[in-house]
Amino acid sequence: MTSFLKELANEMSVTAAAEVPGAAPAPAKMAVEHLNLFYGDFQGLRDVNLTFPENQVTALIGPSGCGKSTLLKTLNRMNDLVEGCRVEGSVLLDGADAYRTLDATDLRRRVGMVFQQPNPFPMSIYDNVAFGPRSHGVRAKADLDVIVEESLRAAAIWDELKDRLKKNALGLSGGQQQRLCIARALAVQPEVLLLDESTSALDPISTAKIEELIGQLKERYTVIMVTHNMLQALRISDKTAFFLLGEVVEAGDTDTIFSAPIDPRTADYVAGRFG
Amino acid sequence: MLFSLLNVPPASASTAAGSGGAGAPGAGAGLAAAGVPAAARVPKRRPHVLREGAARALFGTAAALSIAAVALICLFLLANGVPAMAEIGLPEFLFGTTWRPAHDLYGIFPMIVGSLYVTAGAMIVGVPGGLLTALYLSRFARGRTGSFLRSGVELLAGIPSVVYGFFGLVIIVPFVRLFGPGTGLSVLAASLILGIMILPTVITVAQSALDAVPARYYEGALALGVDHEHAVFKVVAPAAASGIMAAIVLGLGRAIGETMAVVMVAGNMPIIPDSLLSGVRTMTANIVLEMGYAADLHREALIATGVVLFVFILLITMLLNVIRKRGEAR
Repeated sequence: MTSFLKELANEMSVTAAAEVPGAAPAPAKMAVEHLNLFYGDFQGLRDVNLTFPENQVTALIGPSGCGKSTLLKTLNRMNDLVEGCRVEGSVLLDGADAYRTLDATDLRRRVGMVFQQPNPFPMSIYDNVAFGPRSHGVRAKADLDVIVEESLRAAAIWDELKDRLKKNALGLSGGQQQRLCIARALAVQPEVLLLDESTSALDPISTAKIEELIGQLKERYTVIMVTHNMLQALRISDKTAFFLLGEVVEAGDTDTIFSAPIDPRTADYVAGRFG
Repeated sequence: MLFSLLNVPPASASTAAGSGGAGAPGAGAGLAAAGVPAAARVPKRRPHVLREGAARALFGTAAALSIAAVALICLFLLANGVPAMAEIGLPEFLFGTTWRPAHDLYGIFPMIVGSLYVTAGAMIVGVPGGLLTALYLSRFARGRTGSFLRSGVELLAGIPSVVYGFFGLVIIVPFVRLFGPGTGLSVLAASLILGIMILPTVITVAQSALDAVPARYYEGALALGVDHEHAVFKVVAPAAASGIMAAIVLGLGRAIGETMAVVMVAGNMPIIPDSLLSGVRTMTANIVLEMGYAADLHREALIATGVVLFVFILLITMLLNVIRKRGEAR
C-alpha cells in the first residue's frame, strides 16, 4: 500500500534523462551532468545525464559493454585507478562536485561499493567488517563490537555468523561472502551504496536474500545497482536507466520503463529481443 | 600410471597407456580411451608412444641426476663427518668452546654462535629495508623509476660475493673501525655486508608475493574510503604474509650459507664474540679457512662442521615448506 502511494508520488516527478536535474521534487542524492568518459581514445560514456533520488533503488540496465558499470565506477571514482581514463562533465554528491571539490577517499567513504565478485579480505569476519571503521579512526573495542554487530545485522547475516566472527572470511560461501561485503561497506556508514552486478556470481537462494536486503537498505541508503537481470531490476528498483553503447537511451520509473517504454530500443531490450 | 592400467579393460589397456602418459588422472584417461573406437587410434599410437617414452626417459634421468647429487652430498658429509663427531664426542664437538686443532681440541660452539650472530645481524640489516623496497617496487614505483630500480636489484643479485667482500673490506671495515676499538673486522661488518647481500633475495621473493595479491583486495579497501598507503600496508601486505615470510627465510638461508664475503670482513677468530665490534668466525669460514691444509681428524672435523651447517639449512628448508603449505592452505 505504502509502496503504491510512493510510486504514485514518484510518477509525478519522473526524472527523464534529458531533463534538468533538480527540477524533480524527490531530492537527488547523486547526479551526473553531461558526463563523457574516455579510456584513451575510446569513449565509454556519452553525455550522460542522470539523477539518483535519495532512499530509492536505481537500476542501471543494458547489454554488456554499454557503460553501466563504467558509470557506477565513476560515481565513486574507482575509475581513477584505470590508466588513461578521463572524465568530463560533473558528478555531484549532495550538489558537491565529486571530481573537483571532494577528495577521492572522502567520496568513497560516503559512496560505498559492493563488487561483482565477493572480495572479502583474507582475514577474520570481524576484522573484515571492522576494517573500514578502524581505518577511519575508531579504536575502542566496544565501539567496534557495536559497529560490527549492527553492520552484520543490517546485511542480514548476523545470525549466521555471530558464533564464528574470528574465523577467516574466505571460508564462507559465496552468498555469505557477498553479504559480508555489504556489511563491510555499511560499516563505514556510507550515504550511497553502489552494487555492481553483486548477485551475478551467486546462486538463486543467495540472490533472493540479497534482493530482499536491498529492499530494506533503501530506507537508510540511496542504492544504485548495475544488473544484467531485468527481472531483478523490475523486482527491486524504483528507477531504471537503460544504457546502450555508452548512452542513456531512457531513464525513469522502473514500471514505466518496463511496461510503457518510449524508445523502441528500450522496448526491444526489456522484451528480451536483444542483449 | 599403474593405476590407470589396472582400471581399464585389457583390450584398450595399451591405448590408455598412450593417452594417460600425458599425466591425465588415471581413471579419467582410461574411461575416455575406452570410449574411442580402438581402430581409430591404433595407427597414430606408436610414434607418439616412442616420443613420449624418450622424453620421459630424458626428464627422468635429469631428475634422477639432481636427486643423486643431493644424496651423494648427504652420504659424503655423513660418512666423513659422523665418525669424527663420534671420535671427538658429540657434546664436546657441538658445545666445546675451544677450537685448537694443533691440540686436538675441536669445539665448534664459537662458530655456531658466530654463524647465528652474523645471520641475525644480516636479518636486522637486510629484512626491513628489503621488505620496504619490495613494497615500494610492487605498489608505489611507477614507470621509469620502477624499472630502473628493478634492474638495479637484479644487478645486485648478480655481483659475485668476493666483490661484496672486497667492498666490505675497503668501505665497511674502515667505517666500523671509526666506532671503537679493534680492526673493524667484526660481527657488525659481516652483518652489514650480509644484510646487503640478502637484499636481492628478500626483495624479489617478497615483491613477487606482493604482485600476486589479487587486485580485488586492494580495490575493496579503496572502495571503503581508505588511501593508497593504508590499503597497501593493512590489506595487500598482510595478504602476502606467507610469501613475505618465505622471502625472509630464503634470505636467512642465503646469509647462513654465505662464505667468501664473510671471511673477508669477519676477522675469523674462533672465539665467542662479546660485542658487535668483536671478530667472529662462522661455520662456513671455519671450513674454507682450514680445509686447504687440514688432514686426518682435523679434516674430518671440518667436514663435520659442514654436517652441522647442513642440518641448519635443512631446518630452514623445512620451515620454508611449512610456510608455503600454510600459504597454499589459505
